[in-house]
Amino acid sequence: MQPATAWDWSPGRRVVLDDVKKCSREYEWLEEYVASPDGESLAVPANFGEEGASMVVNGEPWENIYERVWYPRYSPDGRLTALAADMGEWTMCVDDTAWENTYGFLLNTRFSATGDVIAAPVQKDGEYGWVVDDAIWETTYEFANQFAMAADGSATAAVVQNVSFGQADIFTYKKGCYSVAVNGESWGTNFINCYSPAFDAAGKSVAATVRTSLYDYTIVVDGKPWAKTWPCAWEPVFNPATGDVCAAVRMAGRWGMALNGELIWNPTFFQVWQQQFSGDGKHLYAIVSPAYGKWTVAVDGQPWAPTFGSQVTDLVVSPDGAHAAALGADAGAYAVAVDGYVWPGTFAMAWAPVFSADSEHCAAKVERRGGKFTILVDGKPYKENFDQVWDPVFSPEGDKVLIRAIDNGKYCRIVVPVRDF
Amino acid sequence: MHSIYNFATGPLCWAAFIIFIGGLLLKFISMVRRARSSEPYIFGYFSPYFGLRSVIAWLIPFVPRNGKLNPVFTVVTFAFHICLLVAPLFLMAHVMLLQEGVGMHWGTLSDATADVMTVIVLVGLAYFAYRRCTDPTAKYVTGPKEWVLLALVAAPFLTGFLAYHQIFDYQVMVVLHILSGEAMLIAIPFTWLSHMLLFPMVRMYQGSEFGGVRHVKDW
Amino acid sequence: MSEQTKETKVIEDIGIDAGLEQLTEEQIEKTIMSVINAEGGTRLEAYTKTCVHCGLCSEACHYYHSHDKDPQYAPVGKVRNTMWNFLTKKGKISKEELKRAVLIAHTECNLCRRCVQYCPFGVDTAYIIALVRRIVHKLGITPQYIQDTAHSHAATFNQMWLKDDEWVDTLFWQEDEARDEIPSMRIPLEKEGADFMYSVIAPEPKFRTQLIYQAAVIFNECGLDWTMPSTTGWDNSDMCMFTGDFEMMGRLKRDHYECAQRLKVKKVVMGECGHAYRSIYDQGNRWVGWRDMPVPVIHSIQFFWELLKAGKIKVAKTIDKLATFHDPCNTVRGMGLHEMGREVAKAFYPNFVEMQPNREHNYCCAAGGGVINCGPPHKMTRVLGNRVKAEQLKATGAEVLIAPCHNCHGGLEDIIHHYKLDMEIRFLGDIIYECMEKPNAV
Ligand code: SF4
Ligand code: SF4
Repeated sequence: MQPATAWDWSPGRRVVLDDVKKCSREYEWLEEYVASPDGESLAVPANFGEEGASMVVNGEPWENIYERVWYPRYSPDGRLTALAADMGEWTMCVDDTAWENTYGFLLNTRFSATGDVIAAPVQKDGEYGWVVDDAIWETTYEFANQFAMAADGSATAAVVQNVSFGQADIFTYKKGCYSVAVNGESWGTNFINCYSPAFDAAGKSVAATVRTSLYDYTIVVDGKPWAKTWPCAWEPVFNPATGDVCAAVRMAGRWGMALNGELIWNPTFFQVWQQQFSGDGKHLYAIVSPAYGKWTVAVDGQPWAPTFGSQVTDLVVSPDGAHAAALGADAGAYAVAVDGYVWPGTFAMAWAPVFSADSEHCAAKVERRGGKFTILVDGKPYKENFDQVWDPVFSPEGDKVLIRAIDNGKYCRIVVPVRDF
Repeated sequence: MHSIYNFATGPLCWAAFIIFIGGLLLKFISMVRRARSSEPYIFGYFSPYFGLRSVIAWLIPFVPRNGKLNPVFTVVTFAFHICLLVAPLFLMAHVMLLQEGVGMHWGTLSDATADVMTVIVLVGLAYFAYRRCTDPTAKYVTGPKEWVLLALVAAPFLTGFLAYHQIFDYQVMVVLHILSGEAMLIAIPFTWLSHMLLFPMVRMYQGSEFGGVRHVKDW
Repeated sequence: MSEQTKETKVIEDIGIDAGLEQLTEEQIEKTIMSVINAEGGTRLEAYTKTCVHCGLCSEACHYYHSHDKDPQYAPVGKVRNTMWNFLTKKGKISKEELKRAVLIAHTECNLCRRCVQYCPFGVDTAYIIALVRRIVHKLGITPQYIQDTAHSHAATFNQMWLKDDEWVDTLFWQEDEARDEIPSMRIPLEKEGADFMYSVIAPEPKFRTQLIYQAAVIFNECGLDWTMPSTTGWDNSDMCMFTGDFEMMGRLKRDHYECAQRLKVKKVVMGECGHAYRSIYDQGNRWVGWRDMPVPVIHSIQFFWELLKAGKIKVAKTIDKLATFHDPCNTVRGMGLHEMGREVAKAFYPNFVEMQPNREHNYCCAAGGGVINCGPPHKMTRVLGNRVKAEQLKATGAEVLIAPCHNCHGGLEDIIHHYKLDMEIRFLGDIIYECMEKPNAV
């Protein structure tokens, strides 16, 4: 796939596939569609009955057929990946070419930000770790979960089990059997539990939440715990500019935010989580509950005025760090909120908002009641509704939006200037 | 005797009522405030409709299943509680005292009715005492405190009854009656006798939880 | 049984005993008082101050009835021997008293909340006992097996130490199996935007895979748009709620709901489990700060009922045997699903008899509230503690016992076995799977 600047950004609608059910080979059924980032291809796993299953891209099946194919995902650079199995052995297929090696299990494929690295949590010979571009960690573990990857794909981490224990052996467990492994190498120190390992921007440092006893939680950065512990703590996040680490911590039944072990937001919230720094590291956003049963977003500890009764999810910070968007819901009515303003209209469902590269515009995919989908840009809906639509993609200049949609059995790619919304 | 009488009907009476009402009020305020600040669940789910629904259900005899299963107890406890509240409030002598003292007055019961009600209260208490000796669970959780409280409730009614019927020395009985009545009032905020306040509070909370959250009745 | 024999009867549980050995009197006192002061709150005060020591709540408790009205098993008796004792002695209690308190809190109370419906004041003994368990957790003397389950939750986000790939592999395996019966059968994994996510408890993939199979067949034959996750969050169960590890309960619920949020489903349908439901709509969500369920979770009882009413589940055959229905506490006293449950049951078992009492007044199975999860050392406590259930079942004369809850199944199985009742226990899904029209089956 070409870089986004070279995509077809001429406004208008182009039918890419006039029949999404079309396939040059007879099939039993098709599964869930995925659209490529540039909108030029539509892929779907197909079941060919006795013969097996494979991917079909724009109506053409892959040459290779497997017993089972699942988890089709386009990498950000446009390669189509899927997990495939034959005779109980799993591999990764990238554009119809399988990795050389097979594994006991692969699941939940992950990509680096640009898509040049393809990786997945792996099980081989009953041991667990990461496989990155078909290279498995040198050391694998009897158990691993909570998989994390550096944004540039240069490093991977996971929570791993270092000490074995027998069935119902609660005593060994309480001594600490888990740690974090980075690129296969464990920190060495064991904890009762470890959660949510996270990389810094450069992929050099890793922080994680740990449980130092059944009752005490703290944050560990590259194996070194903070001095203080709390009755509970959530995931750590690195400040991309300074390398400081912050995490939500709980005290006396309320949540606040700690930075490098010191409180920066007083524990007054009923909940704080999913915090994110702006790219320049100057602002800190988080989903918070300022009063019981009310949810919103807080910027540097100050909550937005509008709140939602059911939930707030999908907090997204704009590339310049000056704006944030999130989804809020009240009793099944979803809305999009940007910088403390709620866009008009509620929906049966909404997807994570997307900012343009210049941070000027924000768009989101929504589902209307009745099951039709559309795209909102800056709060205004596109004039058409579709049977299915993917997340909107802004042009590199931020003046156009690419809508990838299926309607009436046709898959099309629509480029709409932002001013037309 | 006269000075004791004056003291008991004067300052002590004021003190008893202030402690009784003030104590319950303080209890109410402190509980509500604590709940508001530290237990958001309580007010987060509070529902006047479901709360009152539950209180009312429990105030109608034989509506709760446990009431049906314990018919004797149900009859006794309802009769007891009604008489316990009505007799002192509407007793002619009390209302007259009140009128002399603070100038308020309301309707009264005939002395004969009040007398019967007093007997009902005493019989009720006797039944509770009997139950505390015979029901395995009640017995298991009855300690000196329970007996003291039973006696404390019995005393004003017994002395009132005796005084009215002029059994033993009338003067002494009346003073004892007043003193024991005041003792009972003072005890209410500090013992489980405070269930007169806590019953509607706890029941309304449970009613809200059961009705509003769990969609089921709690009786 | 007298108090004497009760106390000399020792139950060994290494989780309790080894934990107790390490405790000093100061630690015991300090921990008890700090939990009471910091977490007891208004409700503890209101419940303990309101209680008039009348014993009316004893009627509620199956343990009490099963022990010939031994007041130690009455709700208020249990509170007397645990929380009141802690309060009056200000935390200065002996290790023997403490062990007794652990056994009471963890194995002689199912937190079934029936007593709330029998106490005139609505004193919530289950709340008090749960607070005792919280103290027990903080002291590190929780029974071994349930503690191990809590450890599994904390390490794997599921109840049975299942690894991520084992979960997905099991789903594939069930899908393959089911394709012999229904060739087009799918268990759609990670289908973003599906109408609902189906979540289960870990014993299903571990031991009762047929339940996943059956649910999948039902959803397929009803033509529903559903999905299951390939990440953690698929397990909705929560033993941490019952050990008093509320922080972990919150983490589990966060994971479960975030899984649903990520998949963009409008609701979650959960399998036939009671305690998980309680954790989702009543306790876990509150700890997190969600007043209600952020994504609505529909229990299978209700979901099956809706499918039946909508004509999506069509009855192909009924079964003649005499059947009765056990109402699980957490779906009945927890969510008022009693009428829906029996309507579904009766659609397939028209020959139906009620057990007495029933609906929201049903006796607990004595397995719930984490009691069965305390494992083999405590099995007889709950079996002997629920003789009244055996009598209740026997009186129906039914051959089939329908119980839409995993814990209930486990508990009722043991009771049926011990008291030599001849009854077959079934889940609703199992019945529907057998008796519904399956148009796509070969
Ligand atoms: S088992 Fe049920 S009825 Fe008995 S004390 Fe516990 S919550 Fe109350
Ligand atoms: S809990 Fe309720 S029913 Fe039980 S003894 Fe106390 S007041 Fe009576």
